[in-house]
Amino acid sequence: MTTPSSPPPRRETPPFWRDPAKRALLFQALMLAALFAVIGFIVSNTLENLDARGITTGFGFLHDTAGFGIVQSLIDYTPQSTYGRTFLVGLLNTLLVSTLGIAAATIIGFLMGIARLSPNWLIARIAGAYVEIFRNIPLLLQIFFWYFAVLRSLPSPRQSMSLGEAVFLNIRGLVVPAPVGGPGFVWTLVALAVAVIAAIVLVRWNRRRQAATGDRLPAGWISAGIIVVLPAVVFIASGMPLTWDIPKLGGFNFSGGITVLPELLALWLALSIYTGAFIAEIVRSGIQAVSKGQTEAARALSLSGGMTLRLVVIPQAMRVIIPPLTSQYLNLIKNSSLATAIGYPDLVSVFAGTTLNQTGQAIEVIMMTMAVYLTLSLLVSMFMNWFNARMALVER
Amino acid sequence: MLHNNKTLLCSATAIMATLLATGSAQAGETMDAVKERGQVVCGVSTGLPGFSTPDDQGNWEGIDVDVCHGVAAAVFGDASKVQFVPLNAKERFTALQSGEIDVLSRNTTWTATRDTTLGLNFTGVSFYDGQGFLVKESLGIDSAKQLDGAAFCVQSGTTTELNLADYFQAHDMSFEPVVFDTSDQTVGGFEAGRCDVLTSDTSQLNALRIKLSDPDSAKVLPEVISKEPLGPVVRQGDDQWFNAVKWTLFAMINAEEMGISSENADEMKGSEKPGIARFMGSEGNFGEAMGLPADWAYSIVSQVGNYGEVFDRNVGAGSPLNIERGLNALWTEGGIQYAPPIR
Repeated sequence: MTTPSSPPPRRETPPFWRDPAKRALLFQALMLAALFAVIGFIVSNTLENLDARGITTGFGFLHDTAGFGIVQSLIDYTPQSTYGRTFLVGLLNTLLVSTLGIAAATIIGFLMGIARLSPNWLIARIAGAYVEIFRNIPLLLQIFFWYFAVLRSLPSPRQSMSLGEAVFLNIRGLVVPAPVGGPGFVWTLVALAVAVIAAIVLVRWNRRRQAATGDRLPAGWISAGIIVVLPAVVFIASGMPLTWDIPKLGGFNFSGGITVLPELLALWLALSIYTGAFIAEIVRSGIQAVSKGQTEAARALSLSGGMTLRLVVIPQAMRVIIPPLTSQYLNLIKNSSLATAIGYPDLVSVFAGTTLNQTGQAIEVIMMTMAVYLTLSLLVSMFMNWFNARMALVER
Repeated sequence: MLHNNKTLLCSATAIMATLLATGSAQAGETMDAVKERGQVVCGVSTGLPGFSTPDDQGNWEGIDVDVCHGVAAAVFGDASKVQFVPLNAKERFTALQSGEIDVLSRNTTWTATRDTTLGLNFTGVSFYDGQGFLVKESLGIDSAKQLDGAAFCVQSGTTTELNLADYFQAHDMSFEPVVFDTSDQTVGGFEAGRCDVLTSDTSQLNALRIKLSDPDSAKVLPEVISKEPLGPVVRQGDDQWFNAVKWTLFAMINAEEMGISSENADEMKGSEKPGIARFMGSEGNFGEAMGLPADWAYSIVSQVGNYGEVFDRNVGAGSPLNIERGLNALWTEGGIQYAPPIR
């Protein structure tokens, strides 16, 4: 009997193209090189073509005088300002409507989401109808509805609807009194800041104390008291240095006060009501995702209804709510660019609209505008991811 | 009403076109493309009576439209071979730069920036205009000097927006610009009372006033605050096409001066007067260098008409706008419309 002699296992290294790890590395390097080559080609080709067609390129235009007016600006702006300034004005207007929209949509969404779970038949159905109506109508139509159907039918400035001869609503917008701080008013603001910091410190101390001893103070009520009382005392002590600039009708329109443009109102209403409908569904699903056993367990530990909601249900629901909520916030910011349809001076209308047209530098302007939305979205995303990590279930 | 999306789309197309296209515009390129396609693609407004607006059958009409018909008549001997692309003020230059249209004839003001930095060339002036103000009668205002603090409805991406700021700075007054994408929207805003004043070129104000539900409730103020020479635009770098569009307009103006009209063009074709014979192409061949047939000018006049006919039919005495010739009269009649001779 002869035993077949098995050859000894050979240990030589295979050529690199047969090693999956090295091959993957090679392909990635090739891919990257190809990507850079394509980008390089596109950039150089674009510059060459623009030059050949006699189209001016570069970002020098940002220092040129803009020469057109913008109806709403959060910073100083005149037609003598530069195109760079129009970019900032547009950016701030976009941020303004996005911030207002996110705040309002969050409040509406949470209220409606909770209302939808209400045991009260009427409240639950109203919330349900709200969600189904507003999330199923295109946003642009809702903007047109608020702007053309609702705000366009308001009276002229001379026939304004008024509230106590101080707040006026007309086709030119909502005019409200503007607070004007006197010389000592800054101390009230300082007091407010001190009070807020004190409240935060108190809440944190209370939490540590509770963890250590089990005793707890009603920190929420005390904080609220500090925040209201301290600035109020300082305000009265400094002789109430605050006056109101009441709008007055004169010439063509109201002068004085703060005017909220109808374009801003329409966009804000439409964005927050539309996005609010989606957030309501997210909140409802988040709450329903917390199993009933959790509530029953909390009740068994004799936690009150409010505490059950605040300490048991909401923290767990938030983990489900936050990731889709982030998407809604990002959508709202991007949707705010529909402003241009009704003439609200946001970034797309002012910069990617008028500035682009007056300078003709389409590539630079569109690239800058896209970079802004990308940056804003990434920042919101980063913040929400951080917030999500904080709210996540800490596993011990 | 999705102008915004359309603008972005246009810009994106332009960007892609410039990103990927190779080579530059060459003489003859546009003419060859037009001939191969069999029609001229012409950018016009989204609807401005007298200049470019669709009638109740959907046929475009107006001065700017007739310039396009003239170009088609010169190239093909058939004025109907035009495809019209309605564009708003923001889209117009990108559409031309990207090659989406061959010629832009859309009440566009000739300015230094537009002529020198956009890679475009203005081919002449088809209408001398100026910016004015339309106000409600009920305001009781009769001069632009009384408009301090008023709200103005204005179309975005226009020279109007810039002139408005200049005027109010020069007169040390304040204003509130309410900016819309189309002229229809500015009229809507004006009618609803969103703004006190509608500002645009005076010819447009007359046209827009007629569209109001009650035209007598508004009036145009006497002040004209700017120069607005409106004319056709082509891409820079293609001189043959530039010449063809430029001389189409010149042919219309020359025809009026020589007394050639759409009605008498056929009789005059046999004329032996040297100037008219050159115009009709029976003497010399002035179309050849532009890539046009010898009777290019005859085709324009017989099918579209001379400048005077085009003016009267669209914006002048023969139209509801009833605008006076004024600056747009021939130089021989007190105006400034003047064309170099065909020789």
